[in-house]
Amino acid sequence: MLTTTLAPPSRLNTAAMPTAPKITVRNLNFYYGKFHALKGINLDIPENKVTAFIGPSGCGKSTLLRTFNRMFELYPEQRAEGEIMLDGENLLTSKQDVALLRAKVGMVFQKPTPFPMSIYDNIAFGVKLFDSLSAPEMDERVEWALRKAALWTEVRDKLHQSGASLSGGQQQRLCIARGIAIKPEVLLLDEPCSALDPISTAKVEELIAELKADYTVVIVTHNMQQAARCSDYTAYMYLGDLMEFGETEQLFVKPKRSETEDYITGRFG
Amino acid sequence: MTEKHLSSQFDTELNTVSARVMELGGLVESQIGHAIRALSQFSLEAVDTVATLETRINALEVDIDRELSTIIARRQPTARDLRLLMAFSKATANLERMGDEASKMARMVRSIIETGAPRNLPTMDLRVAADLASGLLHKALDAFARLDTRAALAILKEDDLIDEEFDGFVRKLITYMMEDPRTISPSLDLLFIAKAIERIGDHSKNVAELIIYLVEGTDVRHTSVAEIESVLR
Repeated sequence: MLTTTLAPPSRLNTAAMPTAPKITVRNLNFYYGKFHALKGINLDIPENKVTAFIGPSGCGKSTLLRTFNRMFELYPEQRAEGEIMLDGENLLTSKQDVALLRAKVGMVFQKPTPFPMSIYDNIAFGVKLFDSLSAPEMDERVEWALRKAALWTEVRDKLHQSGASLSGGQQQRLCIARGIAIKPEVLLLDEPCSALDPISTAKVEELIAELKADYTVVIVTHNMQQAARCSDYTAYMYLGDLMEFGETEQLFVKPKRSETEDYITGRFG
Repeated sequence: MTEKHLSSQFDTELNTVSARVMELGGLVESQIGHAIRALSQFSLEAVDTVATLETRINALEVDIDRELSTIIARRQPTARDLRLLMAFSKATANLERMGDEASKMARMVRSIIETGAPRNLPTMDLRVAADLASGLLHKALDAFARLDTRAALAILKEDDLIDEEFDGFVRKLITYMMEDPRTISPSLDLLFIAKAIERIGDHSKNVAELIIYLVEGTDVRHTSVAEIESVLR
């Protein structure tokens, strides 16, 4: 892989990862028109681990997450410069079809976004785009995804009811099931629990812990305790800079930078 | 680093529990002072004062623990707030144990007084060690209040002096017991007192180690002074 030879020119050293990085970010700059939203980010997202991005509103954590599947390309005035290496290819300059990229790098949003169709079709819809499965194979895939998302027992008897008939927490788990049904390699979660009650939140967090065995998970959260609970690595961002990145345990007990400490202890003014 | 939290209520809670831990430290220090007075003057009045303080210390320990649990449950502290509460919790346990040692000293003094044992035993030596231990606790509390890691390191070094005093005292007691078997019973009481003093020094040392953990985020228990010095460099 090319990435290891690139010296990170960042003002921060990239943290050493015990596991191989799945995504390697080098000198990433991001602009909303003239606004410089991400400033020279260098970061290694470890494979089969949960990485959390925390920081105050407007710090760039969701922006960074959205670069990983080129979600920003929907808007013409937004642009990213630098390198985001996924499996040895810079996905910012890649000619790869963005739909294929998003099949590899799935995303779940803050608000549950079930498609206006049945629970079954919510999951089968994406699968049909990438795989041609027979009916029994599709049934199997739908059940597999729903089981993975810890939703199967709750919906097995009403698979043909509308996805919108589910509760908020169930809808969010349906979206996660939809995301994993196409077997991505990376799962991006943008505030997945901010609209959920504590029980649904706990179920999603439990799910995240199980998912990391098969996927690389990146989660953006406003809830610091959530980052502390369910991530292996945490990145603290502020005003477009990556301030600190390290093991979650270290960052929440003895952060290296006083800025991080001020934020996580609630001294941030 | 900013000193205040966004939540001033959180600041108030931390300040309150901090004041309580310091109050506990003050009570234990005073209790040890009375235990030393009981020993040097063979004073039953001082022995009784030690027992009275013991009750207050135990109640305060329970109060502090309850406050700490409440803060943890309500605030989910992180980083230095978390380390501060961990340090408070452990310091409280150590202080209470020091109080137990002071009570033990007082009970032994009572036993010596009540059995009418000879008073020519080397209690002055014990007084020196007890003053050292009490001074160490005072320094530890002072360093805790000021978060002074240099002072904490000095305490770790000083505890070795108390350990040396203890060893010397034991040797001395043995010679007394060999010369006059009638001194064996009170000598054993004095030995328990010496051991209690030595333990007070150890607990002060534990408190000093907590200061370094709190400030530096490094657990320096069971490490050599040289290693601790490298942490503080």
